[in-house]
Amino acid sequence: MKRYVYINDDESAHDLYCDNRISNRKYTVLNFIPKNLWEQFSRFMNQYFLLIACLQLWSLITPVNPASTWGPLIFIFAVSATKEAWDDYHRYLSDKKANEKEVWVVRNGIKKLIQAQDIHVGNIVWLRENDEVPCDLVLIGSSDPQGLCYIETAAMDGETDLKTRVIPSACMGIDVELLHKIKGVIECPTPNKDIRRFDANMRLFPPFIDNDICPLTIKNTVLQSCYLRNTEWACGVAVYTGNETKLGMSRGIPEPKLTAMDAMIDKLTGAIFVFQIVVVMVLGIAGNVWKDTEAKKQWYVLYPDKGPWYELLIIPLRFELLCSIMIPISIKVSLDLVKGLYAKFIDWDHRMVDLETSTPSNATNTAISEDLGQVEYILTDKTGTLTENKMIFRRCCISGIFYGNENGDALKDVELLHAVSSGSPDVVQFLTIMAICNTVIPTQSKTGDILYKAQSQDEDALVQAAAHLHMVFFNKSGNILEVKFNSSVLQYEVLETLEFTSDRKRMSLVLRDCQNGKILLLSKGADEAILPYARTGQQTRNFVEAVEQYAHLGLRTLCLAWRELREDEYREWSLMFREANSTLVDREWRVAEVCQRIEHNLEVLGVTAIEDRLQDGVPETIETLRKAGINFWMLTGDKQNTAIQIALSCNFISPEPKGQLLSIDGKTEDEVRRSLERVLLTMRITTSEPKDVAFVIDGWALDFALNHYRKAFTELAILSRTAICCRVTPSQKAQLVQILKSCDYRTLAIGDGGNDVRMIQQADIGVGISGREGLQAARAADYSIGKFRFLKRLILVHGRYSYNRTAFLSQYSFYKSLLICFIQIFFSFISGVSGTSLFNSVSLMAYNVFYTSVPVLVSVLDKDLSEETVIQHPQILFYCQAGRLLNPSTFAGWFGRSLFHAVVVFLISIHAYAYDKSEMEEVSMVALSGCIWLQAFVVAMETNSFTILQHLAIWGNLAGFYAINWIFSALPASGMYTIMFRLCRQPSYWISIFLMTAAGMSPILAIKYFRYTYRPSKINTLQQAERLGGPILSLGTIEPQPRPLIEKDVSTLSITQPKNRNPVYEPLLSDSPNATRRSSGTPFDFFQSQSRSSLPNYSRNCKDN
Amino acid sequence: MSSSGAAGAGSTDSTAARRNTKRPKYSKFTQQELPACKPILTPRAVISAFLLVSVVFVPVGVASLLASRKVCLRDIMYDSKCIPKNVTNKVAYIQSSADKACSITLNVTKHMKSPVYIYYQLDNFYQNHRRYVKSRSDEQLRKRGEENETSTCKPEDMVNGRAIVPCGLIAWSLFNDTYSFSVNKRNLTVNKKGISWKSDRNHKFGKDVFPKNFQNSSIIGGAHLNESIPLREQEDLIVWMRTAALPTFRKLYGKIEEDLKEGELINVTLNNNYNTYSFNGKKKLVLSTTTWLGGKNDFLGIAYLTVGGLCFFLALAFTIVYFVKPRQLGDPSYLSWNRNPGGH
Repeated sequence: MKRYVYINDDESAHDLYCDNRISNRKYTVLNFIPKNLWEQFSRFMNQYFLLIACLQLWSLITPVNPASTWGPLIFIFAVSATKEAWDDYHRYLSDKKANEKEVWVVRNGIKKLIQAQDIHVGNIVWLRENDEVPCDLVLIGSSDPQGLCYIETAAMDGETDLKTRVIPSACMGIDVELLHKIKGVIECPTPNKDIRRFDANMRLFPPFIDNDICPLTIKNTVLQSCYLRNTEWACGVAVYTGNETKLGMSRGIPEPKLTAMDAMIDKLTGAIFVFQIVVVMVLGIAGNVWKDTEAKKQWYVLYPDKGPWYELLIIPLRFELLCSIMIPISIKVSLDLVKGLYAKFIDWDHRMVDLETSTPSNATNTAISEDLGQVEYILTDKTGTLTENKMIFRRCCISGIFYGNENGDALKDVELLHAVSSGSPDVVQFLTIMAICNTVIPTQSKTGDILYKAQSQDEDALVQAAAHLHMVFFNKSGNILEVKFNSSVLQYEVLETLEFTSDRKRMSLVLRDCQNGKILLLSKGADEAILPYARTGQQTRNFVEAVEQYAHLGLRTLCLAWRELREDEYREWSLMFREANSTLVDREWRVAEVCQRIEHNLEVLGVTAIEDRLQDGVPETIETLRKAGINFWMLTGDKQNTAIQIALSCNFISPEPKGQLLSIDGKTEDEVRRSLERVLLTMRITTSEPKDVAFVIDGWALDFALNHYRKAFTELAILSRTAICCRVTPSQKAQLVQILKSCDYRTLAIGDGGNDVRMIQQADIGVGISGREGLQAARAADYSIGKFRFLKRLILVHGRYSYNRTAFLSQYSFYKSLLICFIQIFFSFISGVSGTSLFNSVSLMAYNVFYTSVPVLVSVLDKDLSEETVIQHPQILFYCQAGRLLNPSTFAGWFGRSLFHAVVVFLISIHAYAYDKSEMEEVSMVALSGCIWLQAFVVAMETNSFTILQHLAIWGNLAGFYAINWIFSALPASGMYTIMFRLCRQPSYWISIFLMTAAGMSPILAIKYFRYTYRPSKINTLQQAERLGGPILSLGTIEPQPRPLIEKDVSTLSITQPKNRNPVYEPLLSDSPNATRRSSGTPFDFFQSQSRSSLPNYSRNCKDN
Repeated sequence: MSSSGAAGAGSTDSTAARRNTKRPKYSKFTQQELPACKPILTPRAVISAFLLVSVVFVPVGVASLLASRKVCLRDIMYDSKCIPKNVTNKVAYIQSSADKACSITLNVTKHMKSPVYIYYQLDNFYQNHRRYVKSRSDEQLRKRGEENETSTCKPEDMVNGRAIVPCGLIAWSLFNDTYSFSVNKRNLTVNKKGISWKSDRNHKFGKDVFPKNFQNSSIIGGAHLNESIPLREQEDLIVWMRTAALPTFRKLYGKIEEDLKEGELINVTLNNNYNTYSFNGKKKLVLSTTTWLGGKNDFLGIAYLTVGGLCFFLALAFTIVYFVKPRQLGDPSYLSWNRNPGGH
C-alpha cells in the first residue's frame, strides 16, 4: 500500500508508474461507437426501444414501416452521441494542451525542456513563477532562503488566497547546483484523492545528510493544477503523475442524481409497460382464436393450413409492435430538453444575480430542477450562508474588562485606545496574539499598504483590528514574524505551528520572542477548547460570562491565551511533536494528542467577539419558505448560543410562547439517551398544538444520538420541523442529511464552505453559496447562488414551475401516446384482431416527433400562478411537495382521458365514414386529424398562461399538421396521395372533426369548470383571485399584518409573564450537566429579554449600511 | 451596504450590465416575462361556450339529418335469395360452374334523381385484415417495368414462376357479381366509367400495365380480368383495391344517369358469383342518390343533435347552479391557511 519514489532515478520508475499523460477522455476514435452504444443501451428504455426496432425488421409482424421506430431511435441516439463526442473532443483538446506543455525537468543531471506528458515519477521538475504545476510534487528547493513558496490553489478548491508551502527540513539549505544530483527515496501512500493530506517520509541518500527520516506533509507538496506565485523558482520531485495525481484521482463523474419525479415517471412507465404486456397477451390470444375460427373461413385471406412453428407468436408480436408506442419514445428527449431549459432559466434569471459581486446563479446540474419544487427539508449552514461571512471585530474582553459594550465597536472604545497607548501588558499581549497567532500572510502592495491573505475570515478580522490598534503585523519572512507596535518593530521566530483542526478547535503557535529569547505559546480557539485548559487558579468566570454575553448578541467568540515555555519543556515536547508529525498512520490524531500536552496551564487573556452580519433578506426568506411547508435545520460549527441567537433573529425559531426550544445534551451516552427520550416525549405531546417546537443538539450529543440511538433520533427528526445542530463536523452534517433522506424526505443542503461539501453532495439537492469561503461548495453543488435570499426564488419560482411543467409534460406525453395506441387497439377489433395498423408509417412517426411534441414543449413557458402570487402564498408549494400534480391518481386521470378521447375519435370516424366512405386511408386520416385537434385543445385547456409562443406552437402546430399532410398528399408515390385534399374538400370531414373536438372536450371542460368553481384547489382559488384582480389586493395587504400583531403579542406576553416556561421542558434544562456551555440555568431567558434587544440590533445594522 | 445595493438596483442596472459580461443577457424570454394572457374559467365564459356550441351544433345537426333524409336509398339483400331453394351446400354451389344468374326486383319508393349510384355492400368481409391489406404491390400496378415486384404480394405473388399482374390477395379476390337493370323491359344503361378515383386512375394504375397470369393458379379467387385492357381502365379493380377500413362496406358499381320515378319497378338481373357464404357474409345491392354530405348516414346528424343538446343541458345546469349556489371566485377564505393562520 505504499509507493517508493526514487528521486532522480531515471530508469526504475518508468515501468512501475504511469507517465504524466493526462487523459480525461472517455472514448478513443476506435471505441467511440461501440462504447457509446453500449452505454446508451445500458438504459432500460433504450433496450426496450431497440428490441422493438429490431422486431420491426421482421416484415411478417411489423404493422408499419420499420423506419417509424428506427428514425426516432437513431435520431435520439445520434443526438446524445454527438453531445458525448463533442464533450469528449473538448476534453481531448484540453488534455493535449496540458500534455504538450513544456516544462523543465532534470534528465541525467541536466535541466531539459520536455513535454509535460514525459514526466515520470521520481523526476525533478523545476517551476518558475506563475507556472502551472504539471503533476504532484514534493518540494525540495525554492528560491526563497527559508524554503518557502507560495501557491494559488484556485483550480483545486476555488480558494483564491495564496498558500504557503515549505520544503522539507532535510532539503533545507542544499545548493541549487546540488539539487540536480540529489538522490533519495520518498515513501508515500498509494495515489488517493485527499487533497488535504499527504503523510509521507523522505530519506536522502549520501552525500546528502545522514539517513534521517524526514516527515512530509501536504505542506511540503505542490499539487497538480496549482500555480506558483510570488516565488522566483521552486523545484520538486514528481510523486504522482498523470491520472494518479490527487486532482486526477478526485476527478470522476459524480453519480447522477435522480429526481423524485424521474422516479415517479419511471414507475408509471413500468405500470404502462405492464399494462401493455397485458393488452398484448389478451389481444394475442384473441387474435389467435379468431384466426383459428373465423379467419379460416375467410377464403380471401388464404391462410395456409399449416403455418410455421412460430405461428402462435406472430399475432402477439404484432400487437406488441402495435402497442409499443404506448411508451412514448420522445419523452426522454423532451424531458432532457425542457430540463436544460429550466436550468437555463435559472442561469438567466436577473433577479438571482448578486449585484454586489455580480455573480449570476448557476445550475450546474441541469437534470434536477423539479426536485427544487419538492424540497421538504432544508439543511443550512450558518456562517456565510445565513450570514455574510464578513467578519468585523466588535467587542472584546481583556482580563475581565469589557471593551466596546457602550458603542458596539471596541475599536472606537476610548478606554481600549487608552489602554493600548498606555501599554497595559495584558492588552499588548492580547493584541500580539490577535496579530500573529494565525496563518495570515501579509503582503505589501506597491503603495505601501499592507494586505492580508487569510484563509479564515475570523483571522483576517482579528489581524485587521490589531493593526487598527497599532499592532501592525507587516511582514512574514520564513519563520520570522515582524510586528510593528507604536513604531517599534518586534520580531518573533515561529518554532512550531499547531494547526487548527475542526476537532481541536484551537490553534497555537510556539515562538521565540527575539527581543528576549523567551519561548512563548500563543493559543487561540473556541471557549471550550481554551478555558478548560486555563492555568490552575485563574478565574475563568469572567470569560465564561463574556462568552455568554457575546453569544447572546450573536457574535462569534474566540478566546486568546498564552503561556511561557521553559526551554527544556519545549525541547522535550518538540521531539515528540516531530515524531508525531512523521507517523504515517493516524497522524492527525497523534499530532492532536501531542499538541494537547503543551496546550495547558494557559494564561487566558481575553475573549474577542466578531460580528458576522446576517445576510439581506434572510429572515424573510426563511419565513416564506417555512410557510411553504419546508422544514429548516441549521447545522453549524458554531457555538450553541450563537447559533440559537442567529436562529432567533432570522425567524428560524419563534420566540416564546409561540415557539419552544428543546435541548438535547449530555456528556455521557446515558445522559444523551435520557435527554433524547424526554425531548421525544415532549415532541409527541406537542405535535397537536400549533406551536413551533424545535430542538437543539450539539455535536457531542449528536454523535451519541447518531451512533447509538439512531432510531429515536430519526423519529425525532420526523417530528421536528426545526432543529439546530451546533458544533457539528462535516461528516455529521452529511450523516444528518442521510438520516432525513432515509425517511424519504427530499433534502436540500445549502452551504458555502469546504466543510459543507459533503453535506451538499449527500443531499438530494446541493446548493452552494458562491461566497467568501471560496468556491468549493459552489463547485460541488448542483446550484450555486450568490445570496441566501435567492433560495426563495430558486425554490418557489424555478422549482415550482419546473415541477408543474414536467408534471404536465410527462403525463401529456403518455396521454398522446396512449390515445393513438387505444385507437389502434380498437381498430384491431374490427380488423379481425389481426394487428393491422390503422395509421400509416409516416403518420405514426410524425405523430410522436412533430405533431404532438412541439405544442407541449412550449409548456415550459406556462405559469399557473404569477411569481408574485406564489411568493405571497408560499403555502401553495405544498402541491409540489406532496407530488399532487404527478402521481398515480393524476396519471389515472390522464389515462382515462386518453381512453375517452380514443373512444370518441374512433366511434365518430368509423360511423361518420361508414359504408361507401369507409376507405382505409381516409378513415385513418380522419382519426388522426381528430387526435391532433383534440390534443391541441387539451394542451390549450391545460395551459394557464398563453404567451405568443404558446399560441404559435399550439395553433401553428395544427396548421403544420395540415401543411405536412398536404405535402404528403401531393406526392404521387406516397400512400396517402390526394387523400388530404379530398378530405379537406368534404364537408363531412370538417363536420366530423368538429364533432370529435366538441364531444371530446365538452365533458372535460365541464368537469374542469365544475372542479374549478365548486371544488377548487388552492391553486385554482389563487388563480381566480389573481386574475380577477379584486381579492388578491386585499390579500396582499392583509398578508404582512399578522406579523406585527404576533410580535406585539409576544412582547406583551413576555412582559406580563416573563418566566412563563412550559413545565414540560423545564426539567430538561435544569439537569443539563454542561454548565459551561450554556447560560446558567435559564437558557430561555433570552427568548424574552434578548430577542428584543438583538432583533433591533440586526435591523439597525441593515439600515446602517 | 447590501440594502442600498438592492435599493439602487434599478438605477445601476444598465451600468452593471455593461460593466460585467458575466451578467446574463436580459430579454423577456429569458426572464420568463413574456406578456401572457391568462384566461380563467369564469361561469360566464364557460356557460356561453357551451351555449355557443349548442347553438352551432343543433342547426348543423338538423341540416345534416335533413341531408341524410333527403337521400333516397333502396337496398336489397340478395345473397340468400339468389341461391336456389334446393341447394343445401351454398359454398359448393357458389364454387361450382353452374349458371348462377338470378333475378330480383326493386321498387322505387321515392323519386330518385340522376345520377343514381349503384353500390354493392359486403358484410363481415375483412378487407382490413392485416394479411389481406398488405398483399398488394403498388409499384407493379403503376409501372410496367416493375411487374416482378411481387415480394409483398404473398401468397398470390407468382404462379409457375411467373409474376402475377396484378398480384396479391386484394386483386385476386376481386368482386365478380354483375348486375344489369331494366325498367319496364327497358334496359337501364349503367355507366361504369369514372366510378374510381381520378387520382388512382392517373397515378396509381399504369396505362401500359396489362393483367398477366391472373387467376391462373389452382384456386380461383374472384373476378377474371380482360388481359387486353390496361389496369387503368379496369375500374372495378381500382375501386376494389381501395380497401375498406370496416368489415361492412359499400363499393361503387356504376351509375345510372337517369331519374328513377316513384313506383317504378326495377328488375335486376345479376350473376351471383362471389363467395360470401363460407364466412356468413352478406351481399347487398344498393341504389342511392347523394347530397352535399354524401350518402345516407344519420349518424352525424344525430351525433350533432346529441352533443348540441348535451351542451345546452350543461349550460342550463351550470346556469342554474350558478344562480342557486353562487360562489365567489377567488375567495381567499377558501385558502385553508387563511382560515387558521397558526399552522397547517
